[in-house]
Amino acid sequence: MNVEPNIIESSGKTVDEAIESALGVLKLNREDVEIDILEEATKGFFGILGGKPARVRVKAKITAAGRAKDMLNNVMQVMKLDVELEMIEKNEKILININGSDLGILIGRRGETLDALQYLVNLSANKNAEKRKRIIIDIEGYRRRREETLMKLAFKLADKAKQRGRNVVLEPMNSMERRIIHTALQERDDIYTFSEGEEPYRKIIISPKKG
Amino acid sequence: MKDLVEVLAKALVDHPEFVIVEMKEREKSSVIELRVAPDDMGKVIGKQGRIARAIRTVVKAAATKERKRVTVEIV
Repeated sequence: MNVEPNIIESSGKTVDEAIESALGVLKLNREDVEIDILEEATKGFFGILGGKPARVRVKAKITAAGRAKDMLNNVMQVMKLDVELEMIEKNEKILININGSDLGILIGRRGETLDALQYLVNLSANKNAEKRKRIIIDIEGYRRRREETLMKLAFKLADKAKQRGRNVVLEPMNSMERRIIHTALQERDDIYTFSEGEEPYRKIIISPKKG
Repeated sequence: MKDLVEVLAKALVDHPEFVIVEMKEREKSSVIELRVAPDDMGKVIGKQGRIARAIRTVVKAAATKERKRVTVEIV
C-alpha cells in the first residue's frame, strides 16, 4: 500500500553528508525526518588510512500530508479507481487534487461524497496532532467550477431581489458554499445577505436594502 | 465494500488492530458490521454521529457503483 521507504541508513564523509544523501533518497526535507547518528566519522592516519565514514539512520516523520495521501490511496485502491493525487502544501493548508476518469461517484450529489471524504481524511491526517492542518480535497476541479456557479447564481438572485423588492431564499447549503455567496455579494450596497435555519438546512436569504 | 469500511475505520482509530468488519449479505441489500476497540468508538461515531454519517455517505457511493444497497452498522 505505502511503497515508499520511510527509514534508511546511509553513510558519508561527514554526518551532514550522510544525512543529505539519505534525504535525497527519501525525497524529504530535514524538518520532515528524525535523525539518529549511529557513528561519527573518524579520520585515519594522515587522513587516508583507516578512516571510518559517518553513519546515520534517517526516519521519515509521519506527516499530516503523508497520512492523508496513504488514506486516499487505500480508499482509491479498494474502490478500484485509477487516480493520480496532486498534493500542494501551503503553510497550514494542504490541497489535494484527485485526477482520473469517471470520478463523479466520488463527488456525489452537490459534492456530498466529496465533503464526507474530505472530513474523514482531515480527521485521520490530524489524529493526535498538536497542530492541525486543513486539508481540502478537490476532484477534477469540481470545487472551482462549483464556486463559479455559485457566484453567478448569487449575482443573478441579488438582481432579482433588488428588482422585485422582495427577499430571495436560496436552497440549503453547507457553510463553505454559503461563505462563497456571502463573500461574492458583500461589495454590493443595494442588497444584503444573511443565513437562517439550522444545519444542515441552513440557507441564505438575499434581501433588498430599502431606500 | 467491506474493505472500504475497514480502510476508513483503520485510518480513524488509535487501535487499528482491533478493527473487525463483517459483511452479512442479503438478497438485495447487505449489512456491514463494524467493530472497534471500546475507546475508539467515539472516533468512528463522532459528535451527533457525524463521523458515522460521513462513513455511510462514502460507502453508499461505492455501493452505488456496484448497484448494491449497503448499510453500515457500528456494533
